[in-house]
Amino acid sequence: MKSDKSKLTFWLLLSPLVIWLATLIVLPHVGMFLVSLREKVGIREYETSFANYAVFFNEPLYWNTFARTAYMSIAATLLTLFIGFPIAYYIAKLTRGRTKTTLFLMCLIPFWVSELVRTFGWMILLRETGVVSQLLQYAGLVDGPIEMLYNDAAIMTGLVYTSMLFMVVPLVTTLDSLDDSLIEAGYDLGGTSFSILREIVIPHAMPGIVSGCIVVFMLSLGNYLTPILLGGKDSLWFTGLIYSQFITRFNWELGSAFGFLLLGLSSLIVFLGLKLSGQSLSKTMAR
Amino acid sequence: MITTIPQNSAFKWSYRLYVTLFFIYLALPLATVCVFAFNDSVFPSLPWEGFTWAWFFGDQAPYIGVFHERPILRSVVTSGVVAFWVATLSVFVGTCNAFLFVRHEFRGKAFLYILMLLPLIIPGIILGISILVFTSNVANTLEDATGLWFDGLRPGIILVVLGQFSFITTFATLVISARLQKFDSSLEEAALNLGATQWGAIRAVTLPFLFPAMAAAAVVAILMSFENFNTTLMLVGSDAPLTITMFDRLKLGSTPVLNAVSLLLIVGSAILGLASLLLQKK
Amino acid sequence: MPSTPDLECRAISKSFKDFKAVRDISFSVPQGTFFSILGPSGCGKTTLLRMIAGFQEPSSGDLLIKGKSMLNVAPNKRPVSMVFQHLALFPMMSIGANVGFGLRQRGVNKSDIKKQVEQVLERVGLGGTSDRAVSSLSGGQKQRVAIARCMVLEPDVLLLDEPLGALDLKLREHMKIELKQLQSEFNTTFVYITHDQSEALVMSDQIAVMNHGVFEQVGTAKELYYEPQTAFVAGFVGEANRFHATVNTVKDGVLNLKTPEGKSLSSLDLGQGLANGNKVDVFVRPEAVRLSRIAKDVAKMGNTGTGIVENVLFNGANSQLILRDATNAASMNVALPQTGEFRDLAVGDTVHFGWAPEQTRCFAHQGN
Repeated sequence: MKSDKSKLTFWLLLSPLVIWLATLIVLPHVGMFLVSLREKVGIREYETSFANYAVFFNEPLYWNTFARTAYMSIAATLLTLFIGFPIAYYIAKLTRGRTKTTLFLMCLIPFWVSELVRTFGWMILLRETGVVSQLLQYAGLVDGPIEMLYNDAAIMTGLVYTSMLFMVVPLVTTLDSLDDSLIEAGYDLGGTSFSILREIVIPHAMPGIVSGCIVVFMLSLGNYLTPILLGGKDSLWFTGLIYSQFITRFNWELGSAFGFLLLGLSSLIVFLGLKLSGQSLSKTMAR
Repeated sequence: MITTIPQNSAFKWSYRLYVTLFFIYLALPLATVCVFAFNDSVFPSLPWEGFTWAWFFGDQAPYIGVFHERPILRSVVTSGVVAFWVATLSVFVGTCNAFLFVRHEFRGKAFLYILMLLPLIIPGIILGISILVFTSNVANTLEDATGLWFDGLRPGIILVVLGQFSFITTFATLVISARLQKFDSSLEEAALNLGATQWGAIRAVTLPFLFPAMAAAAVVAILMSFENFNTTLMLVGSDAPLTITMFDRLKLGSTPVLNAVSLLLIVGSAILGLASLLLQKK
Repeated sequence: MPSTPDLECRAISKSFKDFKAVRDISFSVPQGTFFSILGPSGCGKTTLLRMIAGFQEPSSGDLLIKGKSMLNVAPNKRPVSMVFQHLALFPMMSIGANVGFGLRQRGVNKSDIKKQVEQVLERVGLGGTSDRAVSSLSGGQKQRVAIARCMVLEPDVLLLDEPLGALDLKLREHMKIELKQLQSEFNTTFVYITHDQSEALVMSDQIAVMNHGVFEQVGTAKELYYEPQTAFVAGFVGEANRFHATVNTVKDGVLNLKTPEGKSLSSLDLGQGLANGNKVDVFVRPEAVRLSRIAKDVAKMGNTGTGIVENVLFNGANSQLILRDATNAASMNVALPQTGEFRDLAVGDTVHFGWAPEQTRCFAHQGN
């Protein structure tokens, strides 16, 4: 009787999980894939083909945007890593007690705020009539207003800003677990700051670096708000293409194909990152 | 390099300078947004025209404050409703998942666990379009078959809730599982030993222990729901949540009223965020 | 001409805010010595060691290695190496890469590094393990890798920060002997800090007993054991029974003492200038006390007494007897010789005991 009861409990616990994953994750993606394979031949008449994918490869604008999104995301990831690493190191190794907690919290707070608000802040700062431009004019450094919005540098600034948390947190966690005595031992044996960084600190921080980079890359790739608002109409971000196919052009077939390509790229990078660093998804994500 | 190793002071000071600059970079956009919420001007930019509360409480055009802006107030209510349902659903499913993954061994557990983590690595916009495509197809099929209307499956508040729920549940599951793993199951056994029923023991011992994590998960869910943009954008109907309303305003050109909303959001998020940290520490 | 000592400290001090961890310590360690610093935790020995390694700067004083001042020399430029408490082997590197780390920093070419690493691993009995991971080693083997990693750099002084602390008892006993052997084989100066007196006593040529930031006494193991110069050393090195007493008479180099309960004791006068009426602490080692069932056997020993067996702590060769002195009710630990003579001794039995004044040490009572 007891086993009947525990079986019932098990099924009761299992069903919400299965319903959630099946109806909101698995089936929609399968459905989207099927739609992406649909070619419209007439009104409400479809054939299965790779025509939508062919459109993508034959139209330079599409795959140029795709490639551009990918390499801009890689650039944003590396930039975030180079800016964030010294900060994470400072928090983890050079501060203690309350200072450490405070600095760490100061890193977290901006990210509890909506991305929209953060991006809005950058717009106020960077646009032609914005704060930076006007301050430069008051200071007499420039003659007229300067537009700092709607270029790649602005997109980069926004992406790095938005992603910083997801780099700093895993880095602080892994660097925190590096025993100070290992660094001392490195010095004691004649190492220099540079060689210790290269041979001891970075190898130790590798899991954090990998998981930080994976998350930042994914977020940049899938970002819509930052490139659209800071990069303007010509930002050429792949998510922008997906949006316009779906909402403006109402071409769901092509939009689904685009979606799948983006998902494929994103998954590929995650997979490669995990493989190269020998980590598992569960360990990387379940921080 | 570390505090016990002597370092030349030029390096030390430039390192500190770098850290300071970094935190300025972090604070700058948010501080700017907040400051210009009080500027007595119709544009959120310099020059500084003096201090005003008008963008919060003003009721005379063009100074319509947040608290008199109908569309914004309406979208706050929408966001609140969405956040409530997302938090309720995701904490419920998250708690079930936590019990399932922590307490039960079954075939395919590892596979389901990976599947459970997947929403974390699916870009939000794709999550949005896949649900949009799927529900529209289902609605089309059902309408063709029955001749009835299925508005709930068309873009609108229900789809927004489902879309946000689809990935926030993963976070809830992780937060609650982490706490359940720390639970000493001998406590529950002790309750059973003292004559409690299985469900009674869970309710009297395990759930109270789990409560801080559930509350933290709910707070995180509310935060994430309020600020979600990508998934929501694809599923939104006529009742737009706050972020979408603000986005539409932003595209048209901004007035300090957006700064005022943002300031309130920043304060709210900071309070909720700290609350979730405190809850998780318990 | 006396050769320059490998390590010399001159009036070295270290203060943290309002706490003086190390006060004006001066000492020198000749080449090839196994020098231990023994003291309870918090006595400042770790601070002293870290100052020698360069991880802490002395507040005052000078520190010389082979006659050269090390002040303002960074840790990575000092000719000392350190074996850390938890060894600090680099988990991200193979054993060979760990041992070769220092050589790589010096820019030695690859084939030489390989040769030297293999040689030093051979010397510590781990030849051929170069490519294995650190985690594949046992506790004792890790210890040897940590030493090899330092020794391959041929340091003037090797510092060891309680490296045996993390090992279990059996292994620790074994490693004591092994460390001593390694030291004499490499003929390098070792400075070893520990709170475990047996580690210090077994391995060291010279031991400094440290307490509250100062060296109480520096000497060989035997000197510390037989001739402690301070009450702290007498109590900390080896075991001792301790009594309070007052000086009664001083005559011919012998002190006559009286305990508060009126028991009379005699001790050698070490010339500390104790005078009649001074309060003193009296120390006598359990193993210096002779037991007998016949009062006459111990009657001429200078200090005698009769006691009732309160407890027998049987522990093989280290068995002890707890006696309650019949005259002053003081409790006393006495080593129980395992010659068979006292095998049938039981709780409640009466035994006679005695010890010579030469085996007694007394020091002016400190504090209240």
